[in-house]
Amino acid sequence: MAEKTIQTHDAYSADLFKDAEKNPENLVVVKNLKKYFPIKSSFFKLTVGNVKAVDGVSFVIKKGTTMGLVGESGCGKSTIGRTILRLIDKTEGEVFFNGKDVFKLSKRELRHARPDIQIIFQDPYSSLSPRIPVGEIIGEAVREHNIVPKEEYDDYITRVMEACGLAEYHKDRYPHEFSGGQRQRICIARALALNPDFILCDEPVSALDVSIQAQIINLLRDLQKQFGLTYLFISHDLSVVEHISDTVGVMYLGNLVEYAETDKLFSKPLHPYTKALFSAIPVPDPDYKMNRIILEGSIPSPANPPSGCKFHTRCRECMEVCKYCAPDFIEVEPEHYCACHLYDSPERQAELGKVMEEQKRAEQAAEAGQK
Amino acid sequence: MSDKEELKKTSVGEPEEKENKKKKTSYISAKDSRRITKFNRKITKKLERDREQAGRNPAAYTTKMRDPNNVVEFDNMCTYFFSDVGTVKAVDGISFDVPKCSTVGVVGESGCGKSVTSLSLMQLLQRPAGQTVGGEIRLNMGDGTALNIVNTPIDKMQELRGNYISMIFQEPMTALNPVFRIGRQVNEVIELHNPDMTEEEVKARTLEMLELVGIANKEGVYQMYPHELSGGMRQRVCIAIALACRPGLIIADEPTTALDVTIQAQILDLLQNLKDKINSSIMLITHDLGVVAGMADYVVVMYAGRVIEKGTADDIFHHPAHPYTIGLMKSKPVVGKKVDELYNIPGSVPNPVDMPNYCYFRDRCEMHCEHCSGKYPPEIRISDTHVVSCYRYYETGEILGYPKTVDVEELLKPKNQEGEGMNNG
Repeated sequence: MAEKTIQTHDAYSADLFKDAEKNPENLVVVKNLKKYFPIKSSFFKLTVGNVKAVDGVSFVIKKGTTMGLVGESGCGKSTIGRTILRLIDKTEGEVFFNGKDVFKLSKRELRHARPDIQIIFQDPYSSLSPRIPVGEIIGEAVREHNIVPKEEYDDYITRVMEACGLAEYHKDRYPHEFSGGQRQRICIARALALNPDFILCDEPVSALDVSIQAQIINLLRDLQKQFGLTYLFISHDLSVVEHISDTVGVMYLGNLVEYAETDKLFSKPLHPYTKALFSAIPVPDPDYKMNRIILEGSIPSPANPPSGCKFHTRCRECMEVCKYCAPDFIEVEPEHYCACHLYDSPERQAELGKVMEEQKRAEQAAEAGQK
Repeated sequence: MSDKEELKKTSVGEPEEKENKKKKTSYISAKDSRRITKFNRKITKKLERDREQAGRNPAAYTTKMRDPNNVVEFDNMCTYFFSDVGTVKAVDGISFDVPKCSTVGVVGESGCGKSVTSLSLMQLLQRPAGQTVGGEIRLNMGDGTALNIVNTPIDKMQELRGNYISMIFQEPMTALNPVFRIGRQVNEVIELHNPDMTEEEVKARTLEMLELVGIANKEGVYQMYPHELSGGMRQRVCIAIALACRPGLIIADEPTTALDVTIQAQILDLLQNLKDKINSSIMLITHDLGVVAGMADYVVVMYAGRVIEKGTADDIFHHPAHPYTIGLMKSKPVVGKKVDELYNIPGSVPNPVDMPNYCYFRDRCEMHCEHCSGKYPPEIRISDTHVVSCYRYYETGEILGYPKTVDVEELLKPKNQEGEGMNNG
């Protein structure tokens, strides 16, 4: 019976964005994406379990917009990013980029698609090769993919660098000669040089100082306006995400628990986890009365997540249902998705109630059998 | 038209000039390099000898507090690093107090000298390259006397660390030793400072401390290794170690930077509660203005090795006076406040080896006036608790004095004579 619940749950998430990839406005469509990392035993290398890093995530990013992805560390934010780029393989689900399934591309097609999808990494200190001058760091891929004819190559690199706030004479320098903010500009220039449609920003400002952070965020926004870029902005800093994103997804332990437009989400969070997360943001005003919802304990291990709703161990509004059934990711309000039993329809509640009863009975029977 | 062309030419020519200038400053010839190394050897030797001499004589490092209600007073403290590229003035004449039972937040960008300040207070600087060359750090001993940390000898320092001052580090992952159990690491601190305690007493104390920092499963955690704990739990253990001997001052060096928002809220709450429980002060070092606003009673804003503004939290957050503080507030996005474009402070921090002799912030400042090209601005009191270093308040405020800096070249000469004089005497 338990299996059936999971199936219905899965069916819900798969149906959610049906045919969304056929709409040309949607640049990236992710449907029920799963990524499990197997845990191998030292003995015979048998798989003894799975770390469920991403466990059924669906969302849509429209062209020219920015989606923010927030959550605690270890909740699978970066894994989603890397799976969309096909830097690591998926376990299940589909990712569409420009209407094409990323995981069905052949090696050759993938190579042609690569310039369109670029990434900016978190740490500008370790993501630049210390032995290559900046001009070459930015230009290497441009030459490789023949983005511009040979004779325009030099001019093109200069133009890209200027767009990112770097000067032409920086070309011959090496990364160690630059400060953190400047290095992040180099990373942005490297991504931008391939004329991409979509840039994945994996915590691009968390290693930088506040005043430099503002420079980089402004730069990203200006470039978006100028080139019509689409971003997936991964960060754990909620204030930065609110500033830069059009839509925001909140993740908890491999699941997307809430997804909505930024204004809606910040003015009226629905999920208890989102509420707790927002109440914990430090506000730079000493008179501000902190009304913190302190979450007890820490995030459970993704190798052995709690049954039912994964958040029920720390949730304030935990109900009986939450312990047995995983909540469905439903559209509570138009364009506002949330996965929580608080917002179930009465019919669904009745359905889940039955499932829960049966599960309870099965458990009791199992216990009795053991005795 | 010709004007425009000229303009274009100059604007094209400028970067090249800049580049040449930059190359000149960052380039060190072999001769210069030898000179610097020789000088560094000479001066560090001299400073170490002076320190040893002062350490032998308790009168040389015992002083009196200016105000007995302070735990620690920094008085024109200068900490320099004698590096291969020249003398880095990491902290250059800072003065501020930490009052009893209060939280002082120290804010600034990375590289502004926040951490060096705290390391100087603990005498944990990498000697001989890093030296506190001038000024005083006075630590209240509670019996009317005070110690000048700058000259205190190492064995005396060891009594102070843990008992009077202790520190919580930024990375709980690296601050704990991965090969020892948690229990042993907390025990170690208690045993070291209370040699006459029996093993059972020490263990009881350790468990008590673990409970105090909110670890529910204290017996289990006592037996665990650090890798078995999450980041938040590790930071709790670090706090337990820091508080084990009930120090009067806790230095928290970016205690929540490596943690998530929800865990950060837990840890900050815990620190605030513990501070009241054991009646100590906290020196909270951070770059997050939000954290400071929620925790601190007093705030010190540092920029390029100097204190540019200090006052109560209310002063700093509601009436920021220094252009840098104002810029810092504006450049941080705040949840619930929509702005189209974030303000950004143009330019970057000046090179610490070669600081200008005018206000360090002038070149990035949008409000600078002709005064600013003169001497470095003095500390100016603009209200009872609010002190700022900016010429914009030169006419209206009460001038307290200029930060005292140490000329390293001078340091070598007169101190030599002094040393000889003492030897003769």
